[in-house]
Amino acid sequence: MNTVTSPALEWKLPYRGKVGMAGLIIAESAIFSIFVVAYLFYLGKSIGGPTPREVLETPIFFTVCLLSSSLTIHLASKELENGHRKTFLILWSITIALGALFLFGTALEWHRLIFEHGLTISTNLFGTTYYSLVGLHATHVTAGLVMLSVVLLFGLADRVGIDQSARIATLSLYWHFVDAVWIVVFTVVYLIGR
Amino acid sequence: MVRSDQIRKLVSKAAGIAVLLAGGLLAASLCFGAPNDTSRVPSISQVPSIFDPRSTPTKSIYHLSYFVLSITGLIFVVVFALMAYVVVKFRKRQGDEGREPAQVYGSTQIELAWTVIPILIVVVLFLATARVIHSIQDAPKPGNAVEVVAIGHQFWWEFRYPQLGVVTANELHIPVSEAAHATPTFLTLLSADTDHSFWVPQLAGKTDLIPNRVNHMWMDPYETGIFLGQCAQYCGTQHAKMLLRVYVDSPEEFGAWVRRQNQPAVLDANVTAGKRVFETTACINCHAIGGTVANGRFGPDLTHLMSRQTIASGAAENTKANLRLWIQKPDAIKPGSLMPAMQLKNADLDALVDYLETLR
Amino acid sequence: MSSDAMAMPSARTEARPWVEVVHEWVTTVDHKRLGILYIVYALIFLVIGGIEATIIRIQLIRPHNDFVSPQVFNRMFTMHGTTMIFFVAMPVLFGFANYLVPLMIGARDMAFPRLNAFSFWLTALGGLLLYFSFLGGNGLYGAGNAPDVGWWAYAPLTAKAFSPGPSSDYWTIALLVSGFGSIGTAINLIATILCLRCPGMTLNKMPLLAWLNLVMSGMVLIAITPLSAAQIMLLVDRYLGGHFFDTQAGGSAAIWMHFFWIFGHPEVYILIIPCFAFMSEIIPVFSRKPIFGYPVMVGATVCIAFVSLSVWAHHMFTIGMNSYANSFFTITTMVVGIPTGIKIFNWIGTMWGGSIQFKTPMLFSVGFLFQFLIAGLTGIMMASAPFDWQLSLSYFVVAHFHYVIVGGILFALFAAFYYWYPKMTGRMLNEPLGKLHFWLFFLGFHMTFDVMHFAGILGMPRRIYTYEPRPGWETLNLIVTIGAFIQGVAILVFVANLVYSYFKGPKAGNDPWDAWTLEWSVSSPPPAYNFASIPAVASRRPLWDLKHPEDPDSRYE
Repeated sequence: MNTVTSPALEWKLPYRGKVGMAGLIIAESAIFSIFVVAYLFYLGKSIGGPTPREVLETPIFFTVCLLSSSLTIHLASKELENGHRKTFLILWSITIALGALFLFGTALEWHRLIFEHGLTISTNLFGTTYYSLVGLHATHVTAGLVMLSVVLLFGLADRVGIDQSARIATLSLYWHFVDAVWIVVFTVVYLIGR
Repeated sequence: MVRSDQIRKLVSKAAGIAVLLAGGLLAASLCFGAPNDTSRVPSISQVPSIFDPRSTPTKSIYHLSYFVLSITGLIFVVVFALMAYVVVKFRKRQGDEGREPAQVYGSTQIELAWTVIPILIVVVLFLATARVIHSIQDAPKPGNAVEVVAIGHQFWWEFRYPQLGVVTANELHIPVSEAAHATPTFLTLLSADTDHSFWVPQLAGKTDLIPNRVNHMWMDPYETGIFLGQCAQYCGTQHAKMLLRVYVDSPEEFGAWVRRQNQPAVLDANVTAGKRVFETTACINCHAIGGTVANGRFGPDLTHLMSRQTIASGAAENTKANLRLWIQKPDAIKPGSLMPAMQLKNADLDALVDYLETLR
Repeated sequence: MSSDAMAMPSARTEARPWVEVVHEWVTTVDHKRLGILYIVYALIFLVIGGIEATIIRIQLIRPHNDFVSPQVFNRMFTMHGTTMIFFVAMPVLFGFANYLVPLMIGARDMAFPRLNAFSFWLTALGGLLLYFSFLGGNGLYGAGNAPDVGWWAYAPLTAKAFSPGPSSDYWTIALLVSGFGSIGTAINLIATILCLRCPGMTLNKMPLLAWLNLVMSGMVLIAITPLSAAQIMLLVDRYLGGHFFDTQAGGSAAIWMHFFWIFGHPEVYILIIPCFAFMSEIIPVFSRKPIFGYPVMVGATVCIAFVSLSVWAHHMFTIGMNSYANSFFTITTMVVGIPTGIKIFNWIGTMWGGSIQFKTPMLFSVGFLFQFLIAGLTGIMMASAPFDWQLSLSYFVVAHFHYVIVGGILFALFAAFYYWYPKMTGRMLNEPLGKLHFWLFFLGFHMTFDVMHFAGILGMPRRIYTYEPRPGWETLNLIVTIGAFIQGVAILVFVANLVYSYFKGPKAGNDPWDAWTLEWSVSSPPPAYNFASIPAVASRRPLWDLKHPEDPDSRYE
């Protein structure tokens, strides 16, 4: 009806799921950047209360857990692309377990900070910026775990196969992003900040 | 029909310009033909125009602004002329029906030209501006500068002169700074609560007062007089009536003012009843009067209340009636200010006002 | 709007129960309907925001006026600014983008239709939540009610100590919610433009409206989010005892300003860039020539987007930054004027040598050019930091940004309304009423905003509910207020035109303007599926190629 004559083209545009997820990641990166800037700006400016050096312990084990989960989700995604549904489910479950372990580690750390050192979000500038930044990240981990668990449920109900591999790849992009943010947060809070 | 449309377009632009010019003429006439304003407070005869500079910083800004205005004015004239020309010359004509004009997609040379020229203009403007920024902000403080600490409150100004031992409010006295014997005033700006901004257009560009931050500004007025300003950063309900005035005194007048401010509070035996009212009510929680038990800092220092021409940070003339009204019902003068209605009995109120009236 | 406009021709004569129609609209995921929902939503808030402005202007018509109390006045200017930016400008521009982008790139819908609907309803909820503040909760000391902290909500005025009660929270949460809606739409636009273009439409052959909305959406992703972050921090301060902006605990009031303006400045480019898009589509059609310098227009826009991320502290010249910081922001602010100026020259270049028809869309476009030029020049004045030390926080600034937003954005929007209303409804807007709307609004606009510059020059600060009877201030304020009323009348003429033409306007047909982009190749209004078969294109103006097969654009691009 309104076509213009033109030579037949090989017309291939990017997958919209990936582009959409990239957009979300860019937006979320901007939010995290602002919290990181606030954290760095307020380093050393607390008037009283505990300081980072006094109370922070580097969470190496739980960081390894989280970063390994990036590897397992990547492998899971690849397995699904090749149609190995069982292996995909196993790797996917391990990813969830590692993520949950990381959250558990955060909970342990916060418990220690609150009850042993008396550091809360309202104690001083360090408390406010620390809990906000780490808490924002933990919220994103939680949201990710929820989404991963939904996929696990569908997977267990045998609804996740090769046809869903593009969507699974898109979701795992989010999970990689969450891990990348942790690398930044870890560096800023536990390395630079102390 | 097309023709008249188009002529109307041109007329509209001319109308726009005319409104601009008319407004400009109006404003100019107001700047220079300002009558004596006798309505509220006597002897204020100026409009706080930014184009009426009376000190070095504002004079620098004034010259820079003329430079900027002439360049932007030139740009406007050139581009507007192009627009007007295009709108007239290339309007659709009778013979154009059924034909499209030549389809031109662009021109690299033209694009280059109208990229390079603006870049050059920006470089020139920036250099002129950077000079003035540095000359104002990085000016060294001479040894004989008068130092004032200005503290912004919701909705009044506190002024302290650390070297001279003076504490006052709302009306700033500074000495004139003659070319031969420059005595500029350097202000340190602090805030007790939210953001404020110190703006007296004829004496200096505005600088904000921000809590937990120390700002600096200076001015060196070369003429005596009273210069008006007000808070320029929205600070709450009564931001509008956080008025400001600067009295630029001759060196002798300034010295006399400082001496008077350094006197202890007047102790008039006739008003001991009012003094007792002051000292036994909540007044002392917010206000200070030198030499008495009152040393509150939430509100203005009242030691030399009667040396000021206005009260409530310029919201009302300092008359007996206004003072009485302010204490009895602040909302009548400045609704939403943080001065509470004191709920005094009439006898107490009268005695109190009599007492305050002695605090010269 | 009746469902007639969207139904298949065969169903035209059926009368359907209104519940069904409402249900269809509420549950729609069609980009065209969502676009119209956004636009109608924005128009309603335009009227409400205009009423707030009128209240402000009546209060300021003379010194020491007591039309409203200071408390009410402060709520009025806060709500006016917040409403106009977040619930008029953003929605209406997203509405037009939603409607036009898929049609212009030859797609059937946006990339994520359900996200599209979700984003709209988030925005709508935000507006309702903000306005619920007028009714909702009285906090401590009866200090509930609409927010009164200004639309920038500077700290520490928003701290619990200075704003007890939930009024500031309505501002915070309403904007947080609608901000997420904006991010959703931006993601959707980017995915749509990058992934759903029809065959042959490379990025180099895309209509400028699509390009500019792509750039705008990218900016939304990284500019709205700092505001969201700052608002989360504010909520932490107000409800969890945090100290982000608590100056008593060593916090910084300035850091709120930085976060806010890192959002706030790119935001105004987010608002103007879609208007540049409208101009870039409308001016060529009414000049009968292609846009002059398409690649430069794209490049200049991308430049503007990047540079605009580096200018934010020109809103903070008075806070006491050092001379190096002030100089830096002076130069970046001046530099961003260069690509902006280039665009103005390119539009003039488009008109040059053309055959210009002054229908209503073109009248508003020429008004845009004139006013945007002036607004840009007053911007250059304030880019010079020392000059800004006098001009900022005064009525000069208020005049400048209204010149951009009303004289620029709103004029471009009016042009877009008159241009695309026929496509959306199938009927032409009344041309004489359109011209009346233009002239009345032009008169009122200049009366108000030209004169307003002088009030600032004479030392009148902004956000004051009353003023002393200083010579000059009274007359200027009176004229400003009268102009506001004239603009109000013009808006009423516009609304009347919209409503009247919907029922009685002449039928538009597919292509009433003899234009060249894909939306004019389908019926007015388009069918639900947009295109019977997805088109393939060979140039930037596919319909020009069809209408001029002997001289197609594809030969020259």
